[in-house]
Amino acid sequence: MSDDFNLDDLKSAMNAATPAPNVDAKAENIALAQKNFADLQGSRDAARLTPRPNKWTGVKDMLNKLTSRAGLTVTTGIVACGFMIGTPQGRDILNIDWAAQATAPETMSDPIGGSDGSVSVAAAQADEADFDTAGDLIALDGMAVEVAPIDLAEAGSRDQEVLGLIAPSPTAPQQTSRVATEAEPVIEIAPVVVMEETASFSPFGGLVANAADTIDGVGNDLSAATTEPNTETFAYAPQSPLMITGDDPVSTFSIDVDTASYSVMRSSLTAGNWPPFYAIRIEELINYFPYAYTAPDGDAPFQPTVNVFETPWNVDTQLVHIGIQGEMPAVEDRPPLNLVFLIDTSGSMESADKLPLLRQSFRLMLDNLRPEDEVAIVTYAGSTSIALEPTQASERQTILNALNALNAGGSTNGQGGLEAAYAMAETMTDDGDVSRVILATDGDFNVGLSDPRGLETYIEDKRDSGTYLSVLGFGRGNLQDATMQSLAQNGNGTAAYIDTLSEAQKVLVDNLTGALFPIANDVKIQVEFNPATVAEYRLIGYETRALAREDFNNDAVDAGELGAGHTVTAIYEITPVGSPAQLSDPLRYQEAEPVSDSDELGFLRLRYKTPGEDVSQLIETPFTALGAPDTEALFAASIAGFGQLLRDDTYLGDWGWDDAIALANANRGDDPFGYRTEAVQLMRLAQSLSN
Amino acid sequence: MTVSDEDLAQAAANGDEQAFASLIARQYDRLFRLCFRLTGSQHEAEDLTQDICAALPAKLTSYDGRAKVTTWLYRVAVNASHDRRRKRATHTKAADGWGDWELNRQAVIDENADRTDWLTQAMGQLAPDLRDTLALVLDDMTHAQAGEILGVSEGTISWRLSEARKHLKSLKEKEGVG
Repeated sequence: MSDDFNLDDLKSAMNAATPAPNVDAKAENIALAQKNFADLQGSRDAARLTPRPNKWTGVKDMLNKLTSRAGLTVTTGIVACGFMIGTPQGRDILNIDWAAQATAPETMSDPIGGSDGSVSVAAAQADEADFDTAGDLIALDGMAVEVAPIDLAEAGSRDQEVLGLIAPSPTAPQQTSRVATEAEPVIEIAPVVVMEETASFSPFGGLVANAADTIDGVGNDLSAATTEPNTETFAYAPQSPLMITGDDPVSTFSIDVDTASYSVMRSSLTAGNWPPFYAIRIEELINYFPYAYTAPDGDAPFQPTVNVFETPWNVDTQLVHIGIQGEMPAVEDRPPLNLVFLIDTSGSMESADKLPLLRQSFRLMLDNLRPEDEVAIVTYAGSTSIALEPTQASERQTILNALNALNAGGSTNGQGGLEAAYAMAETMTDDGDVSRVILATDGDFNVGLSDPRGLETYIEDKRDSGTYLSVLGFGRGNLQDATMQSLAQNGNGTAAYIDTLSEAQKVLVDNLTGALFPIANDVKIQVEFNPATVAEYRLIGYETRALAREDFNNDAVDAGELGAGHTVTAIYEITPVGSPAQLSDPLRYQEAEPVSDSDELGFLRLRYKTPGEDVSQLIETPFTALGAPDTEALFAASIAGFGQLLRDDTYLGDWGWDDAIALANANRGDDPFGYRTEAVQLMRLAQSLSN
Repeated sequence: MTVSDEDLAQAAANGDEQAFASLIARQYDRLFRLCFRLTGSQHEAEDLTQDICAALPAKLTSYDGRAKVTTWLYRVAVNASHDRRRKRATHTKAADGWGDWELNRQAVIDENADRTDWLTQAMGQLAPDLRDTLALVLDDMTHAQAGEILGVSEGTISWRLSEARKHLKSLKEKEGVG
């Protein structure tokens, strides 16, 4: 026998000897792992929202932060407490005190639950609230007196009362962050009310979404609260209903050039999960792809083309396909860019698909900037800091060093960061420059003022100063899609979701010009259908972008921006008069509306503002009869079908995945970047998941 | 198109429950197989797998996507088996005080246990580090991967393997098997 012991023999022997795992034990162990996983998620959420590891560090932090004046007040307060408890006179005083307190409502339930009223816990909470020094004094003072009677049950709720009333921000971020973001604005005005609402809402996540709908007065950005342990929220509105032309011939909406929904859908599908239906915005799926529509030749910065053709999923209806092609100014002529990267460096940005991907993405983009462009980096977590002062893009190494030095840690204060970034952008602006703040975040805005409404108002103000805002989302699990959408919409920008480096390439490099140079602001589309030729119509997608009819001519109403070279596609499904596909019956007791004898199907109106101007311009064009569809329109139709399949919409009949795949596959066209090929792959993946 | 283990682990590390479920379902059998090789008995292997499953969610948060999931998981498994061994060593030391009666009883039990399974017995007699190395290499890991898991160089793995071979060979000759 050789010196060498034969390992192959050993291996086969070993393989033979290895028993199959015990089925029961396997199931038990897996269940155990999953239980631990779920438990861990809970504790991790708590840890994320309450950055202090325990109450003692909270106390320590508080003491560190106290000014000598405040410290004096507290220690005096403690001595006073001792006096109150320790001496009969003190107890007398204390009783009087409580009688006065009794006017405060006693129904408030303690939202933290089981507060033991001990000094340390209350102190930690006070610290969490993070008030400024003045508030600090009052709150701490009040607290010290309040807390003293350790064994009294009401003490806990009263602490809460005092803190809630005095502190500008509430002390119960855990509860509120789970609730639809729309509910939050109330918090600043009347913290106590919200706490109660929260307590009653939180067990019913579903109800919250409805409540948010009604609370939302603007109505163009509803967010659905999810009850899942992951804290993602999405901008969602129910499917646009079928409209009867005789009753309601006019449809108005704002263009949408965001693409976030597509990437979110892709990240779900490739992870083997069915994307949540409320994350699917069909117009964003369609507009993810560049289309080769007719380029504008006149003065207008863009050119609409209208195509009418037979609906792929219904022979008795037609699709009205509206394509808008923005002009592509010569790239060499573009004005210098001022870019302020506003980067979320909160602890949640740590994972590989967030901050590291962001670094790589920005590195890609940097290679495509001109030497005269300027870049600055502002980071925000618990506090805001400037990671890079405005620097010429030619100083590549300086910028790269600053990018590489970014570290994740702390919690998130989005607003503070935005303020700093806008301030920075203003200092960089010269005449003729285009300034843009690029916000990169995983959506966490959960410390300080984080209600989208407050942020929106702030951004709207800044929008008028000419600085644009783009929002890049990173990572899943905590994506605040609704907040991202509303920020980008209000900041005259685009929202994109970056899940892979190739998506970063698409958003930041391939579309660099389009994404960063607006050629038309506030682009609104209004279509009036002719009741003589069209019985019913419905707009596919654009639910979150619907505008009121009168908003079309109101230049004060904000709408979407069109970037250089961008294309925007909108698709209506129409039912011609007399078609068997008509879903509504004529009314018996109403007189038929007078109809024109025109054979036009409808009339398209577009309004836009040239960047920097306040008065909108109008483009009008009628559209008529059936034509032959081209590749571009058919591909857009296949994506519209894809989106409806994902949302499980009801209008498709028995048109299914195979049809969508065939249609998309046949109309891939040029596809120089491979986006359309990828879409076909995603359709296949979705098909296999749907079985 | 299937999702790679790495993506699943990444998603799970970020709190995706479904991803975690698919990941553990995919990896369980493999994990068990390795545990068996590390411990040498079904009962021990079940216990070790349970330990790992219980601790896995917490460990997963530190998964950074740099290593392959299998590599990472094996590292977790090897460490868990070390922990177990250490615990048992402490326990045995404590049990020493029970006197000869207990020791004799242990010896009888040991003798009777699986005498036929020469392989596991033989592996059981190897030093722990040789044994871990052998378990990994027998599980289709390359020397480089095994080195990564155990935190030693590739050369060390090769050396350990040849040591293990020598041991096994001498054992075999001593017992006159084969």
